Order: sequence, then C-alpha cells, then structure tokens
Amino acid sequence: MPPAPPNEGRSLAASCIVLGAAVGAFGIAFGVGSVSAGGSVAVTCAMSLLVFTGASQFSAVSVVAAGGNLVAALGGASLLAARNGVYGLAMSRTLTGGIGRRAIAAQLTIDESTAMATAQPSHDQARTAFWWTGLSVYVFWNLGTLIGALAGTAIDPATYGFDAAFPAGFVAMVVPHLRSREGRRAALIGGTLCIALIPFLPIGLPILCAALGVLVGVRRT
Amino acid sequence: MTWTLVLLLAAIAYICKFVGLVVVGGRELPPVAERCLALIPATLVSALIVSSTFADGSSLILDARAIGVASAVVAAWRRAPLVIVIVLGAAVTAAVRYFGWLP
Repeated sequence: MPPAPPNEGRSLAASCIVLGAAVGAFGIAFGVGSVSAGGSVAVTCAMSLLVFTGASQFSAVSVVAAGGNLVAALGGASLLAARNGVYGLAMSRTLTGGIGRRAIAAQLTIDESTAMATAQPSHDQARTAFWWTGLSVYVFWNLGTLIGALAGTAIDPATYGFDAAFPAGFVAMVVPHLRSREGRRAALIGGTLCIALIPFLPIGLPILCAALGVLVGVRRT
Repeated sequence: MTWTLVLLLAAIAYICKFVGLVVVGGRELPPVAERCLALIPATLVSALIVSSTFADGSSLILDARAIGVASAVVAAWRRAPLVIVIVLGAAVTAAVRYFGWLP
C-alpha cells in the first residue's frame, strides 16, 4: 500500500468543500423527504440546523413517514447519533482548546469531518480538515435542506451517483489508517463485523458494533 | 414531523457529540486506551464504507454503488487526490445506472 500524498493547505480546503457540496445534494433529498412526511419548512430547517447528523435525520423522517410514533422515530435516530460520540473520542486528541471552542466543534463532529480529519498526517492538518469539512458540510447541508423543503419535488441524488460519493470518499480516507498492521486488522474486523451484522440488527447498530475492532489495540504488538 | 421530535433529537444528538469530545477530551488515558482510541477511525470508516456500499436498509444488496466504489478503490490505491476519487466513484455509479447494467 503506497502512502497517501500529503494534502496541503488550499487543496485540502478544496477537497473539504467538494465533500460538503456532495452532502448538500442529500440535504435537498432530506428537505423533500421531510416536507413529504408532513413537516413544515420551519421544522425541516430547524432539524438540519439543530440535529445536524444526516443519517439520524433521514431515519427519523422515514419512521414518521411510515406512520411510526415519537418513541420509534427517536429510538432509531438516537442509535445512529450514538456513533458521533465515538467520533468525539477519536477527535478528542486533536481538538483541544477552550470549552467554548470544543462545544462548537462538538456540533460539527460527524462522519465526514472525523473521517477527513483523521486521514491527515499531522494534528495541524487534522484540525484544518475538521473545521473546513465540518463548516462546509454545515453550510451545504442546511442550504440543501432549505432548497429541498421549498422545492418539495422529488430530486433523486442516486441518478447522479451521489450515494456512491460517500463510500468513495471514505475509501480514500481509510487508506492512511492501513499503513500499520494494527490499523489493517482493526479495519478488517470493523468492516467484517458491520457487513455480518447488517441483516440482523436495527439500522445504526452494526456501525456501532464495528467499533469493537479497536480492541486489537489492547494487545501490545 | 413535530417540534417535540426535532428538539428531543437535537438534544440527544448533541449530548452524544459533546460527551466524547469534551468529557473525555481533557483527560490523560492509560496507554492501552490511547492505542484503542487511535484505531477508532480505521474500524468506523471501514464500517461506513461497507454499509454505504452494500446496505439497503437492513438488507445487503449488490448494485451500481459497488462498481463505483471498486473504481474508487483503484484510484485511491494509485494515490489519486480525494476529489478525483469521489468524482470517479459517483460518475462510474451514475454511468452504470444510466446504461442499466445494475440498479
């Protein structure tokens, strides 16, 4: 496995913005879905602004659309939100500083910002990647939500392959973690656990269970 | 879609994000815990890759995404920049769907 080329300043920021724009397409889909499920434009936009974790939002809306009650909608969405806690743990060594700054960083601690930051070779670049990705996703996700909620017509991101943009991006982001033997083992266990559990556990839980792969770190190598 | 749902979910989601980052953040942890923390991205990003490539709700399926992601793997292996990897993955997936080879 060749080492990934170092991302420098401007190109790093550009990558983060492109990633944010791809997320924006899903923001549109979310806006459309939420309005279709009976949400007002205000409730829909408030959800993206306040909850800001896409998978949880989609899950909540799909449960409501299927006629589920508040508890059912909250349950599934909370399971999906729980992994952000693990991301917070992973980012806790990079995002240091005052409580206020970290409280803002917490809201931006999601799949994309964590994956992008942890793929960087240094703490400085990781911080740059975290803030650029987090803020870019925040802006595009909320803009997309507003457009979708106002448009209210079905725009299917799958037509443009946007649904594959995420795994493709994550592939590039996992590469630096495969350099060490422990990293390769952890990745293999995480991926295998997740795919094996998907058919048997509620949505969201397989990804959380995959975190058990970190236990390869218990044994000193 | 009610305000109650939005506000409760916002609180739960924020607490999840805050606990990991802020509560554990300022502390020294034993070396074993530090080694495990460092491995979180490897496991979770791999899990995100397989679930966003092969999952449709709770079922596993093979569709156009798999071809797109496979081309992304080749591009990443050949050290292509992130933007190229993402655009290639999406474009190949869209093309496979457009020609109707896979859903």
